[in-house]
Amino acid sequence: MDQNPLVKSYLDLRAETEARDRGLREKVMSLSEAASLVHDGEHLAVGGCTMSRTPMAMIWALVRAGRKDLTVSRSIVSSEGDIFYGSGVSPHIITSWFSQGIVWGVSKVMRHYTENRLARFDEWSHMSIGLRYRAGAMGVPFMPVRSMIGSDVAKRRGDEVKTMECPFTGETVMLLPALNPDVAIIHVQRADCYGNAQLDGLQFMDIDMAMAAKRVILTTERIITNERIRRTPDQTRIPFFTVDAVVEAPFGCAPHECYGVYEPFFDHLDAYAKRVASDPVAGIKSYLDEYFHEPEEWTDYLAKLGVKDMLDASRRGRSIYND
Amino acid sequence: MTERSHYTASELLAVMSARLLHDGQIVFAGVGIPLLAATLAQRLHAPGLTILFEGGVVGPFVVPGELPPSTNEQRCTRRANMVMPITDVLLLLQRGYVDVGFMGGAQIDRFGNLNSSFIGDPDDPKTRLPGTGGGNDISSLTQMIVAMKHEKRRFVSEVDFITSPGFISGGDSRAQSGLISGGMYRVVTDLAVLGFDKDTREMCVLGLHPGVSAEEVQDNTGFDLHIPSDVPRTQPPESNELAVLRELDPDRLYTAN
Repeated sequence: MDQNPLVKSYLDLRAETEARDRGLREKVMSLSEAASLVHDGEHLAVGGCTMSRTPMAMIWALVRAGRKDLTVSRSIVSSEGDIFYGSGVSPHIITSWFSQGIVWGVSKVMRHYTENRLARFDEWSHMSIGLRYRAGAMGVPFMPVRSMIGSDVAKRRGDEVKTMECPFTGETVMLLPALNPDVAIIHVQRADCYGNAQLDGLQFMDIDMAMAAKRVILTTERIITNERIRRTPDQTRIPFFTVDAVVEAPFGCAPHECYGVYEPFFDHLDAYAKRVASDPVAGIKSYLDEYFHEPEEWTDYLAKLGVKDMLDASRRGRSIYND
Repeated sequence: MTERSHYTASELLAVMSARLLHDGQIVFAGVGIPLLAATLAQRLHAPGLTILFEGGVVGPFVVPGELPPSTNEQRCTRRANMVMPITDVLLLLQRGYVDVGFMGGAQIDRFGNLNSSFIGDPDDPKTRLPGTGGGNDISSLTQMIVAMKHEKRRFVSEVDFITSPGFISGGDSRAQSGLISGGMYRVVTDLAVLGFDKDTREMCVLGLHPGVSAEEVQDNTGFDLHIPSDVPRTQPPESNELAVLRELDPDRLYTAN
């Protein structure tokens, strides 16, 4: 029987894992070194959700490295999706929801690219995206689910989904193909040099994503010692042997948020919405030029966001621990 | 008696929706009117009601003036009981722990199907909308309350795309498709509270809001609605309901109009 290209064969999946260097070794590198671990045309899974824990520093590095034709998957896509489309890094996004955000409404950039068929937005149910990563993390080829049935969301996926009668109960279930991304990029609050990653707050789909992917690039607010990790191993959510690169990137989600460290930079995102509202094409281009191409270093990007906004976002971010 | 001009359409939606929720229920809520309604119910008559957010939050309490910008940012976790991965919080729906799902949409049809994906032909859309988010999962797996503004362009005979299934094509078509639990429960608008006929599964009017006529509801609906001649009137928002809402949203982010 022919292998369905949607799903990796189990033996290939095992062989890829077996070939990885899983030893306890130091993996700290720069953003641009990490960007070289992502190749054109690959499937990139993006950690976080909406405006939260978006690995923006890594996305910034991928834009600067000129990566192209990536297929991107994420639980929910916000303004970073505009950046993927507008930069050419990805013409193909797999997600359940894609908008700049509830506060700003539908993304004009997303509308321009999808309505003019310049890019794909494959829509799945939210839980289905999650269960596809989970199947990938579990090493099984599919996951049965009771949603998406009966809807046009499922019909539009064509052969990517199947329904079957459950052999035990006779009920109808939908089968979702496992998702095993080539690379996952995930931002965390802290990690050690080996890639043991500790996550605070909302976990989204990141742990399944890390387990499912062939390679994982971690960016982290700060690098801590392995001794610190070993004092609170219960807080480690991603094991080092799934990780290929560790990059220290303070404010690595800006202008999105990182739980307990900073909230979204609302004024910046307001200004972004205004910039792309009247002319999405010129708007996203000028935004990419100003914030992604001109700054030489991640710290130059942060300097452009401005100290005032950074302090405001971090004051609000840390407020979660105030009471 | 509160006059119609004393509250906004959004406030009316939130109050009427809150009254449908009961103590002890577990409610999946999105940001905006659903969250305001669930919080209002908690404050007034359902202190044991638990809110779930699709971001993975179990049992948050809204801090007045600090409404979250979506269900996935840290503000959603304020005073919550638990934070879990997205996939797991959604699986609570599939397991059957959730009583009511609560959401809005761009279009709804006579069988309660919701569209938040495409306006026009999905292959050549006039407008690409954000998509389902958790909507499809919620509407597939639990009872739904939909809160939305009552406009002809939103209440259509047939949606352009079924993002979140209601009763599909009526009758027992939902169960036949394989969706053997859940379904549409109520649609709350700024004009009326609506339900679905238990056999045909077509939308019908259960109550008219103060000062609203049957003709006004029909004129703002893109399909024929069953409106019984003795259709009851809903009770207008009370001052304590409005006071709590205004305390929760002092900047009028979600309740201005």
